[in-house]
Amino acid sequence: MKYTKEHEWANLEGDTATVGITDYAANQLGDVVFVEMPGVGDSVGKGDTIGTIESVKTVSDLYSPLTGEIVAVNEEIESNPGLVNEDPHGKGWLIKIKLSDPKEMDDLLSEADYKAICE
Amino acid sequence: MKKTPLCSVHEKLGARMIDFSGWYMPVQYSSIIEEHNAVRENSGLFDLYHMGEFWLTGKDALKNVQKIVTQDIEAISDRQIAYTPMCRPDGTIIDDLLVYRWNEYKFLLVVNAANIDKDFAWIKSQLEGEVELTNDSDDTGLIAIQGPNAEAILQKLTRQRLKSIKFYWFTTGKAAGVECIISRTGYTGEEGFELYYPAEKSEELWNALMEAGKELGIKPIGLGARDTLRLEARLMLYGNDINDETTPIEANLNWTVKFAKGAFNGSDVMKEQKENGTKKTIVGFELGKGPAARHGYPIMKDGKAVGEVTSGTMSPTLKKNIGLGYVPPELSKIGTKLDIEIRGKNYPATVIETPFYSRKRS
Repeated sequence: MKYTKEHEWANLEGDTATVGITDYAANQLGDVVFVEMPGVGDSVGKGDTIGTIESVKTVSDLYSPLTGEIVAVNEEIESNPGLVNEDPHGKGWLIKIKLSDPKEMDDLLSEADYKAICE
Repeated sequence: MKKTPLCSVHEKLGARMIDFSGWYMPVQYSSIIEEHNAVRENSGLFDLYHMGEFWLTGKDALKNVQKIVTQDIEAISDRQIAYTPMCRPDGTIIDDLLVYRWNEYKFLLVVNAANIDKDFAWIKSQLEGEVELTNDSDDTGLIAIQGPNAEAILQKLTRQRLKSIKFYWFTTGKAAGVECIISRTGYTGEEGFELYYPAEKSEELWNALMEAGKELGIKPIGLGARDTLRLEARLMLYGNDINDETTPIEANLNWTVKFAKGAFNGSDVMKEQKENGTKKTIVGFELGKGPAARHGYPIMKDGKAVGEVTSGTMSPTLKKNIGLGYVPPELSKIGTKLDIEIRGKNYPATVIETPFYSRKRS
């Protein structure tokens, strides 16, 4: 599991990374009520704004932590956006990206480095 | 930043604290939705220390209050309260406040935190005759207990017969041993009370209320849920829905404007607007599934911007997106189709009846 300073996590399996927001981010946002996601098939670049996450109180951007193609979005989020709060690292995942270059994962933060940012 | 005297209590309860126009206040404890539902279904406790309290006293106090606010304070009884805009001579709203009438020589004015200095200076500049204005905000604590169980909980702590306090009336007496002004008022659309008391007694009173409400499941409520609760009940938020550029007529607060009492600040302009209409009027709307409308988003009709959203949220009670905003009067009819522009895209909205939520009266 790797992290970004935008408070996202990415988990690589084969050449596909599952991406979500961290527990810390979910907590800071509060109750998530809507997530606007990219479409399956969209090409995304590292750092691109690819959607928005809305809580009752605020709106924040969703960034792509990696470069590649969106191969899946979590469709359950549409009917139950609260999953992002309940289980941000599990059932509350957001997108799966098929990476153009799996080595990009190495540039992301380790758990220890990410934790340091949150403190 | 001014700190509420309950700061450490909130921190112990796990609150997230924010700078709310200069006050260090709790925005949420657990979750806005959970807190919101607690008030609708059970009871919630709010620390509202940031609100401003002014006393207006003296032989000419009534005459002065009649001039500065739009409501008729002569027509209400002692121990009664009026919600009222306070306007400039051009009809624009300086603030919306509560006027507590002790008698014709003594009034408590409860004003919005962000407007304390502005209001104090304005009122001071308007006073004539034998009358004195004092700002007691720093020394006055304010706790609200709201929700269907609020009365049962508060009744455990006071010998005042709460049942006999009608909506928008008050009494004075002890609650948990603390001398309070007890009013049946609130900003949530639920039953409930607001307690004003010496700020140094804050922890005593707060803890007693939390303890008394324990078995009924009382929850502390932050400013986040306060905003969603008040919006469902279509209660105006100064700075969002009304401001220095809107009049009570535009804001559909006609019921608070009492022309019959004689001239008051802004009465000429408001009378003219009431007779001839205004360029804009506030409406409530709902939008379909998707992103929420938020303050400042454009309201569109046939591709043209016709107004602006002043407040918007996902409504936890109604589970849909709701909002308020100003549009030209011809677009204010119930059922009118509008669009809200959200991040460059238009989302269809419909003008609906407000309040969005009204409690069931028993």
